[in-house]
Amino acid sequence: MQLTLWTYEGPPHVGAMRIATSMRDVHYVLHAPQGDTYADLLFTMIERQDARPPVTYTTFQARDLGGDTANLVTTAVRDAFERFKPKALLVGESCTAELIQDQPGSLAQGMGIPVPVVPLELPAYSKKENWGAAETLYHLVKALLADRVPKPGTPRPARPEGRRPRANLLGPTVLGFRCRDDVREVTQLLGQLGIDVHVVAPLGASPDDVVRIPEADFNVDLYPEVSRTTAGWLQRAFGMPYTKTIPMGTGATRDFIAEVAQLAGVDAAPVLGRERPGVAGLASSQSRAPWYQRSVDSTYLTGKRVFIFADATHAIAAARIAAQEMGFTVVGLGTYSREFAREVREAARQYGVEALITDDYLEVEAAIAAATPELVLGTQMERHIAKRLGVACAVISVPIHVQDVPARYSPVYGFEGANVLFDTWVHPLVMGLEEHLLQMFREDFEFHDGAVPSHLAAVAPSAPAAGGAVSAPAGEAEGVRTLASVPQLQVTVAMPAVTDPAAAAAPAASAGPVPPVWTPEGEQELRKIPFFVRGKAKRNTEAYAAQHGIARIGVDTLYDAKAHFGR
Amino acid sequence: MSDRPGLPVVELPTSGGCADVPVLKERGQREVFCGLTGIVWLHRKLQDAFFLVVGSRTCAHLIQSAAGVMIFAEPRFGTAILTDRDLAGMADANDELDRVCATLLERRPDIRTLFLVGSCPSEVIKLDLAKAAERLNARVLPRVRVVNYSGSGIETTFTQGEDNALKALVPLLPASDERQLLVVGTLADVVEDQFARLFRQLGIGPVRHFPPRRSTDLPPVGPGTRLLLAQPFNGEAVRALLARGATLLPAPYPFGGEGTTAWLAAAAAEWNVNAEHFRQVTQPLHERARKGLDRYRATLEGKRLFFMPDSQLEVPLARFLHRELGMQLVEVGTPYLDRQMVGAELPLLPATTTLSEGQDVERQLDRVRAAKPDLTVCGLGLANPLEREGFATKWSIELVFTPIHGYDQAADLAEIFARPLLRRERLTV
Repeated sequence: MQLTLWTYEGPPHVGAMRIATSMRDVHYVLHAPQGDTYADLLFTMIERQDARPPVTYTTFQARDLGGDTANLVTTAVRDAFERFKPKALLVGESCTAELIQDQPGSLAQGMGIPVPVVPLELPAYSKKENWGAAETLYHLVKALLADRVPKPGTPRPARPEGRRPRANLLGPTVLGFRCRDDVREVTQLLGQLGIDVHVVAPLGASPDDVVRIPEADFNVDLYPEVSRTTAGWLQRAFGMPYTKTIPMGTGATRDFIAEVAQLAGVDAAPVLGRERPGVAGLASSQSRAPWYQRSVDSTYLTGKRVFIFADATHAIAAARIAAQEMGFTVVGLGTYSREFAREVREAARQYGVEALITDDYLEVEAAIAAATPELVLGTQMERHIAKRLGVACAVISVPIHVQDVPARYSPVYGFEGANVLFDTWVHPLVMGLEEHLLQMFREDFEFHDGAVPSHLAAVAPSAPAAGGAVSAPAGEAEGVRTLASVPQLQVTVAMPAVTDPAAAAAPAASAGPVPPVWTPEGEQELRKIPFFVRGKAKRNTEAYAAQHGIARIGVDTLYDAKAHFGR
Repeated sequence: MSDRPGLPVVELPTSGGCADVPVLKERGQREVFCGLTGIVWLHRKLQDAFFLVVGSRTCAHLIQSAAGVMIFAEPRFGTAILTDRDLAGMADANDELDRVCATLLERRPDIRTLFLVGSCPSEVIKLDLAKAAERLNARVLPRVRVVNYSGSGIETTFTQGEDNALKALVPLLPASDERQLLVVGTLADVVEDQFARLFRQLGIGPVRHFPPRRSTDLPPVGPGTRLLLAQPFNGEAVRALLARGATLLPAPYPFGGEGTTAWLAAAAAEWNVNAEHFRQVTQPLHERARKGLDRYRATLEGKRLFFMPDSQLEVPLARFLHRELGMQLVEVGTPYLDRQMVGAELPLLPATTTLSEGQDVERQLDRVRAAKPDLTVCGLGLANPLEREGFATKWSIELVFTPIHGYDQAADLAEIFARPLLRRERLTV
């Protein structure tokens, strides 16, 4: 039993819904009780879909349980088929139906429905949404292509002379992160290389399109959480290679171009020639991002502490951009995608941090608070966390909310994606000159700790924090209390020794040596440091004091530590 | 209500009404939340209670999707998600539940009542939450009381969650013979305060609310208790209160000027409030409500309205929209029809109304398409798709998350229905 306040992923049948809803002419019959229809609103509200998801729910009730719930399945399957006339039918169950073991998939298969019926077994008590999506896509593709798989060992026919190379884009779904726009961006990127996009699946594909997948030369595994299983099977069954690079960020997009060019047997030089690293200028790339990142205005971004938590694909890509393209320091990297934990751990090692693999929102909150980042790149959950901690945040991954499905063209993949990410990540930060002024004129009454970047006033938490502590702004008191209830965080975040006697009195995780105490002078000096870097200064100073056996931190300790650690 | 001596008279002229017309009963796919959703408002109303759903990831995802985005603070609800391990052995599941509750109560020392909320999976595997509550109570009482109820979709629909939660509290209410008015059903705090002023002016009291704002402040109940219902979905809780000696004051619900006056009148009659005094207190307010409604009458009058089943508020709201704003009722769908709860409402609906109970969503949507109503009230899953088909819609969930009761909210309530129509007039794209 796992105590959860918020969950990163829905149950696996919601993943199956994402596949069904992404496609055309596919219908999903779901054996489920009343209430499970809530999932419809994810599509119609968050993604603003203008049609209902193609899902029929059997809606069994307690009074059906002793009797014939199986009959509800066959009725629902028949009615759904007659009403919606799909070209393929997915049949599965939600968590409750799994317990009553009606085997809806087998039931439906035995009904003589004249289109492919794909039974889905998605264990709801051990698996989650992305896994469910990946399995559903895999089983659907496999079912539709079953009779076309060549004998093992059959060599893959060469691309006919004169036909342009073809790629399929696999993995984009509704309720994914910016999939709609990424598809367009990657399609035009491939177009520049003379590669045609043959089938995009599942987004917008019909079962007829799925059948055409093997006609392409290779697959682009665009969202591995959803499409890796399918891409792997297509490689085994049809000998179709698939891409390993996610084209997110300037560097990764360049790598992606090189990879697909190699897979397609085309020359990448005409495109990559303009994209050489280290020669950034406005005309030297299709994206403005490399120049913007090198322009002196961006100097203030250097070394900003960033914490990244997302699905594995976006987390790994974001970390590379953060470190190599923005010049940030990655102070935390993690994912809730356990299926890709190994890849995220590997990436984290590159940045010298320990990967955080968890789907426990509270654990993520604690890790973020402990890392004292200046920017959080995360999901809708991290947006809540960052808001409570008073830290800037940009959303880079699902789970998302309606504001993360923008009306404008806003990809995160490809060269335009690099532009979008630059803008999105810089926007929530305190800008260069303002940062300087904050440093210089701490006494200005408008520079209180609750003050936020001036261009963000409308969305910012307001009101100065009482006493000028490194706490979340007033009005976020609940957040502070939550943190205080996680003992090891008190020292780094709530600054109990300085300002909060109640928190100070709470039992700190103090089996070890007694933490150093701030003198009033030291404390006062510390307050002159802007709040968004004060946490770091405080942490460094305390670490320095502990290392050097200093029991009382004064003004000099603060500056000794500063000299020791640098900025 | 006018045949008792000394009563303030509020005549509600009826046209025979909808009380005896046959109901269209439907069975099929329901596009309605389950009872767990009630937690979304109950956890804010009861400020010292925590709601722990014992269920699946689906349950957690449901509550978060239905409500999560509105709540930025750490919510006073959570889900103990059952995993394969819990399903394998029941003894383990009980131990696990005890462990989770202990962690939770340690983390939230401010919690005084812990609701264990049953879900579809916990009901199907017959995880005995009543026993669990008993077991936990032996450990945590008197600091915390553990109570259990079911919000499962196989047994409850949307607002029935509140009904079950309140019903679970009824046995805990202290017994008292004191003469009191007990208002049953969650009201917005601001509305509660308005009604408190009114009851004071009318000389009705003491007035208590169920649910109270703090779970430790449970109202007493007994033969002196008179129940006035603020929400039409608490039938089981009401029957449990009746079994404890309370008496129900039948009345329409306090939606609109007329509904509010009739609702207050039911209490006033019981407290023998002088008719003239009643008029003096309520008439100016009723008049003010009427004035507020006038602003929206032009938009709503004569418009044809279709209610998909959702919150159980459909019948009283249809009555308000028909009688006070002149809307025509095409179909009034409700998840279930509890005649005891809407006994005073049904006669006020025109006999031409199609009253439907339960749902087969595809067939009901066919009826919407055939009837072409001017406004369809429906859940969030259906609203955008219907708009795309050209139908103006009002999301019904707003009706349970907005103060809509009483005189001074009557116009706000009308505005909720007028807004989609007014918006359509503005837009040229």
